[in-house]
Amino acid sequence: MFSHIRTIWLTFLHLFKKKVTIEYPEEKVKLHPRWRGRIVLTKDPDGGERCVGCYLCAAACPVDCIALQATEDENGRRYPEFFRINFSRCIFCGFCEEACPTYAIQLIPDFEMGEYKRQNLVFEKEDLLINSQGKYPGYNFYQVAGIQAGVKGKGEGDNEEPPVDVHSLLP
Amino acid sequence: MTVTQHVLIVVGVLFVMLNIAAGLIWVERRMLALWQDRLGPNRAGPLGIFIVVADTLKLFFKEDWIPPFADKKVFVLAPAIVVGSALLSFVIIPFAPGIVVADLNVGLLFFLAMSSIGVYSIVLGGWASNNKYSLLGALRGASQMIAYEVFMGLSLMGVVMLTGSFKLSDIVAAQQDMWFIIKQPVAAIIFFIAGIAETHRLPFDIPEAESELIAGFHAEYSGMKFGMFFVGEYIGITLISSMMTTMFFGGWLGPAFLPPWAWFFIKTFAFILFFILLRASLPRPRYDQLMETGWKILLPLVLVNLLVTGAVALWTRG
Ligand code: SF4
Ligand code: SF4
Repeated sequence: MFSHIRTIWLTFLHLFKKKVTIEYPEEKVKLHPRWRGRIVLTKDPDGGERCVGCYLCAAACPVDCIALQATEDENGRRYPEFFRINFSRCIFCGFCEEACPTYAIQLIPDFEMGEYKRQNLVFEKEDLLINSQGKYPGYNFYQVAGIQAGVKGKGEGDNEEPPVDVHSLLP
Repeated sequence: MTVTQHVLIVVGVLFVMLNIAAGLIWVERRMLALWQDRLGPNRAGPLGIFIVVADTLKLFFKEDWIPPFADKKVFVLAPAIVVGSALLSFVIIPFAPGIVVADLNVGLLFFLAMSSIGVYSIVLGGWASNNKYSLLGALRGASQMIAYEVFMGLSLMGVVMLTGSFKLSDIVAAQQDMWFIIKQPVAAIIFFIAGIAETHRLPFDIPEAESELIAGFHAEYSGMKFGMFFVGEYIGITLISSMMTTMFFGGWLGPAFLPPWAWFFIKTFAFILFFILLRASLPRPRYDQLMETGWKILLPLVLVNLLVTGAVALWTRG
């Protein structure tokens, strides 16, 4: 009986406690830098697209909401011809970011993407591509990759030796 | 009192009561939230008061569905009974000197009778729904009411003994010198407990018990029929609160700087808030625990109280 009265009293005291509610539109929620929200495609330090159109993100996506078509430019550099993410299906799991070998696709701390029309939630490459390096500044895939795609010559990259002339090894 | 005055009072009481019942939706949600360290609905209108309008509109536009397996006539009738009986009880409540719809000389009995009729809505609603859980809820409701009705009536008899009248205005007038809460504290507490059980509010919401019985007797109800149960519950709370005020806390009496009706409403409102506080703090007892406390503790207690009151009343009269 006493414990009941004590419970009632303690509950009453909560009237004067600080409230935990965050009044959202006026007061923003604190999002951490690696919060998984809207997806962007980043660029490398030279301003080129990072995505190489390898389809790994599309394959990793558990809800199959990424669609893209890879193509090559005149230098042999691969890039996506179109890149489409259907955010009405995306579950913001971040698997695509983990699968990506070039740090191209990244999830950023932004969740305010409400739309009245469902179709507006389908983001094309123009909507996804941002002029920034995102979470991994300084990284340039073609700078360290072994192929030549107009960024550097073969064997001229960091930590890379010039190609060996296999014929010179002949006895 | 002229006829026009009388009609005005009737309409006024009806208007005020229905508005209080609707407003309690907001009060309850806000207060519950505050007691749980939240803010509650505060967007629509000043302090979120228009949530009442939104909720009501929502209830009106919900599909009003009668299950094909239900007993249609009874199903429709049940929600009306709870609102009707609760509103009828307000007939005898004196809000201020002269402001009372009918100051019956059997006022208290009328109140008890009306609250007993209220239980029919639970029983009929649960029965007509033709659903196991509803029926269980109705059964529980009926046995809870029978148990608690007994000492609800008995707890008020102490006051009647001291006043010598069933008329509520006489009872209030008898508290001119001292409120009955001082002379009858046990009765007041027991009446309040019985009142909570009577309105089947948390923690005694055994007939609906969401976690065990889905929603108990109103599981099959939707739309405005459910709304009637909802409003009936709030009118019930207001009724028990105003009965507490009238019987034990001096009704409209109070220092003269506020008009009598204001005192009445302040006191009533305090009890309504206490109802909500109870909901925020106490867990629901098990069904057998409830019955056990009712029959084995509260009933003997109220009988002893009655005995002592009677003895003292006889002794002081010489
Ligand atoms: S976050 Fe998950 S669901 Fe969304 S696009 Fe990436 S892999 Fe697919
Ligand atoms: S975003 Fe990354 S994983 Fe997806 S296709 Fe482009 S490079 Fe491959």
